[in-house]
Amino acid sequence: MEPLMAVTIGILFATAIYMMLRRSIVKLVIGLMLLSNAANLLIFVTAGLTRGAPPLVPPGMSAPEGAVADPLPQALVLTAIVIAFGVLSFAVVLVRRAWEIVRADDLDKMKDTDT
Amino acid sequence: MVKPGTLILTVAARLLLPLQLLFSLFLLLRGHDEPGGGFIAGLVAAGAFALYLFAFGLRAMQAMLKVSPRDLIGMGLLLGVLSTVPAWWVGDPFFTAQWWTIPIIDFKASTPLIFDIGVYLVVLGSVLTAISALIKTDHENQPDPEEATWNP
Amino acid sequence: MQLAVLMGFLLAAVAPLLHHWFGGHTARVIAAYPALVAVWLLGLAPEILAGETLLLEWAWVPGLDISLTFFIDGLSWLFAMLITVIGAMVLVYAGEYLRGHRDLARFLVIITAFMMSMLGLVLADNLVTLFVFWELTSITSYLLIGFNHTDPEARKSALQGLFVTAGGGLALLAGFAMLGVAGDSWSLVELNAQGEALREHALYAPLLVCVLLGAFTKSAQFPFHFWLPNAMAAPTPVSAYLHSATMVKAGVYLLARLHPSLGGTELWVITLSLVGALTMATGAFLAIQHTNIKKLLAYSTVMALGTLTMLLGIGTDGALTAFVVFLLAHSLYKGALFMVAGILDHETGTKDVTAMGGLRSLMPRTAVVAAVAAVSLAGLPPLLGFLGKELMFKAVLEAEAWRWLILLLAFTAAFLTLAVAAVVVLRPFAGKRRETPNTPHDPPGDMLVGPALLAGLSLIFGLAPGLLDGLVSVTASGIGASEVSAHLTLWHGVNLPLILSLASLALGILVFRHWDGVRSALGRLEPLMARGPEACYEGMMRGLVTVAEWQTRMLQNGYIRNYLVMTLLVLLGLVGHALFFRHSPSFPFSLDAYFHEVVTAGLMVAGAVTACVMRSRLAAVAAVGIMGFSIALTFVLFSAPDLAITQLLVETLTVILLVLVLFRLPRFATLSTTMERLRDLVVACLVGTMVTLLMLSVLGGERLPRISDYMVENSQPLGHGHNIVNVILVDFRALDTLGEMFVLALAAIGVHAMMRFHAEEYDAKPSAPSERYDG
Repeated sequence: MEPLMAVTIGILFATAIYMMLRRSIVKLVIGLMLLSNAANLLIFVTAGLTRGAPPLVPPGMSAPEGAVADPLPQALVLTAIVIAFGVLSFAVVLVRRAWEIVRADDLDKMKDTDT
Repeated sequence: MVKPGTLILTVAARLLLPLQLLFSLFLLLRGHDEPGGGFIAGLVAAGAFALYLFAFGLRAMQAMLKVSPRDLIGMGLLLGVLSTVPAWWVGDPFFTAQWWTIPIIDFKASTPLIFDIGVYLVVLGSVLTAISALIKTDHENQPDPEEATWNP
Repeated sequence: MQLAVLMGFLLAAVAPLLHHWFGGHTARVIAAYPALVAVWLLGLAPEILAGETLLLEWAWVPGLDISLTFFIDGLSWLFAMLITVIGAMVLVYAGEYLRGHRDLARFLVIITAFMMSMLGLVLADNLVTLFVFWELTSITSYLLIGFNHTDPEARKSALQGLFVTAGGGLALLAGFAMLGVAGDSWSLVELNAQGEALREHALYAPLLVCVLLGAFTKSAQFPFHFWLPNAMAAPTPVSAYLHSATMVKAGVYLLARLHPSLGGTELWVITLSLVGALTMATGAFLAIQHTNIKKLLAYSTVMALGTLTMLLGIGTDGALTAFVVFLLAHSLYKGALFMVAGILDHETGTKDVTAMGGLRSLMPRTAVVAAVAAVSLAGLPPLLGFLGKELMFKAVLEAEAWRWLILLLAFTAAFLTLAVAAVVVLRPFAGKRRETPNTPHDPPGDMLVGPALLAGLSLIFGLAPGLLDGLVSVTASGIGASEVSAHLTLWHGVNLPLILSLASLALGILVFRHWDGVRSALGRLEPLMARGPEACYEGMMRGLVTVAEWQTRMLQNGYIRNYLVMTLLVLLGLVGHALFFRHSPSFPFSLDAYFHEVVTAGLMVAGAVTACVMRSRLAAVAAVGIMGFSIALTFVLFSAPDLAITQLLVETLTVILLVLVLFRLPRFATLSTTMERLRDLVVACLVGTMVTLLMLSVLGGERLPRISDYMVENSQPLGHGHNIVNVILVDFRALDTLGEMFVLALAAIGVHAMMRFHAEEYDAKPSAPSERYDG
């Protein structure tokens, strides 16, 4: 499964980059979302995929039986998801404000507004 | 853009909010042993308030919440930082978890729990800050009479 | 003791509150604190004088070998006493000096914080802790120099002081890092115990240079001396405290502290004694040219700091004894003189000594204090300053390297200092009465008690130097390797130092007599001065700005996609190169996937690609949503329940957020040309391919043992939790999570700030509806 996921993630990265290179600021934000999702997935997959063994210790035991999925990347990705959301909300508000001032969805038109 | 007052939405929101909040607390408290925890519970609670916001509008949600979402963030960070203090007090290294059992109800209190509540509040506060900011800009951009009457 | 320092910081934090309660008495209330600490320290005196070293252990970050451990030996004790005693007096003095100033509360906050940082600095045992306190003193000093922040000159001086000391601080950090590596310890006590090994270590020369840079910038040694006189833009209590008695001595303290581990080598001796002697002469020479009383004193402080450095460089038992005596003497008389200078400025309204005269009849008590302190500065009997100077001459005569050059510089400095002392006291107080902007009279008791006490101590210690025998012996032994037992007496008999003193007295009087002539003669050297180190500093700052402007123009052309393409291509080049030429990657391709897993992956791809090609925003958002939900599904399939829940919730909230924003914006327009889009597509595909290849090679490569095994094993026994992911988040790696909480909070504050900015702008328009939080 991992090789297939590697290809999938590659495609996600490509779409993310493509969108981030657009002049439209909304597309930039969409690119940002794609990128953060792709990156989260990358961390998750690189640690190796495990089916049906969540990192939980069964009740009454002190350690899980047998191998479980690696909990560390999961912890990393969990916070990354929430932070990506925080950053996204910041970006989205920024887009709103920019739109109100510049009345354009074009990054090139915003270039000269700060002077 | 958000017109408060659709019947199904208002009824659903009124009924769902307490359930969702209870569920978020449940997720928060069981997070140490089952899937859940501060991040998830915070998001669930934020979803609940967002639903309420869409049903009844910003001011209603603020009245419901009593405190500003920003204060939630502040409280959350404070709890997070405070949870480092007990370890210092007993002479353990910075951030070492401390566990106490509250005798009568047999509840395990601990600094990780305090910390997790901090996470919960920060997540809830941040999401609500962002959503209220956007709703607010909406209102200010489109001062229609109905919404204008909300103002003090 | 650690608690004392931490409590002090707390006191600094609540100073505005105290100011609110106590009004004009706040300074006195706060001054009680350092006085208390001083009393406590005094209680330790018997143990310290018996040569004991107190080690107060306190773990801070044991994992990184950083501790808040304090240790108190003679040197630390002496410094801590100076800091607390002079600190208490300066606070009392400042309360009167700045009475009614609108920023008095702020001043008290910063100066109390400084006091505690300085205390931490001289007591810290750990290099990292010491460095933290070191930087704190730099920052508080910056804030205090720039205290009158409406004055551009003060702001400029503050920045200059900060750049010079913080620049040195960076070097010091590098030096400490090397020291820690070379000695395999961060504890000063342990490092000082293995001086032999350190001095022969391969890193010795570079680490010494770095440490010296840090110490020299802090203690205003030549050629970094220029910031100190400029720092006189600070209110006078600050000058008395930071820029003569304590902070500028931090560098000297550090050198003394490290003397057992780093001192005594040829490099150390020559650098320190030459730089010190040069600083001495430069300071004294520049002092004599100024008529501003604070600048006069500031340059004579430079001279004193040079003397201390030089004595450490010479490093014989006699030199170290002289070091301790001179240090104490200087702190006492210079603190007193600065406070007198502040009184003069306060009462007469001018800082120019040539504009004052005959004040002795108007302010008799101040005149007495000033006279006593100045006699100590001049190095005349029967004051402690005399002892310091005699011992200094004696030490210079023992110097091994460059003895005669150092003696010449020291002698020059001595007679010029004598002239400075005469100028400082005789010009304002003796002679004919001159009209000054304000009519002066003796200041209130609060302003006089500090200088009087310090001057009095100079006199007492000068008359009965035997009182200091114990302290000086213990401190000097702590700095030097061997046991020193000092017996201080005022009268040494007729010997070479005494003859030198007499000669410098004669020359000094001569210079004072013809001071106006000397000044105008030296004024002709002005063009030469204009090319001094300060000009270099100015040039450097200008150059920095020019380079920054140039590279900003070059690199930041304002098109985000240009930055992105540039970054990505560099990334491609570097990673691609590493991947194919440094490793020989093997790409496994075993497809053990179930049908539903393949479908999930397919959905992700479909969602992402659809998001790119859609012309409607809502459709694009929906497509991203599909991708997000498929990712959540992946998390479910591959044993990550927490992630799946989080992803689902976040996806939901994201859609809400986007819908709120996007439907106000116009439809996507086609903005780029086909060529541009093709170019972007190529870049995007290249990056995507690289990511895939990279992942494949990582997956196909050798697997290292998982570092999370420890966490899996100990989640229940140590963390008392069955959900390992959550235990990692709130216990094992809680510090990381705390950082992430702050990131999230910052993002929210950013959002709020943008909203507020908008609201205020909007409020300006009448009739606009505005909303505020009730709660």
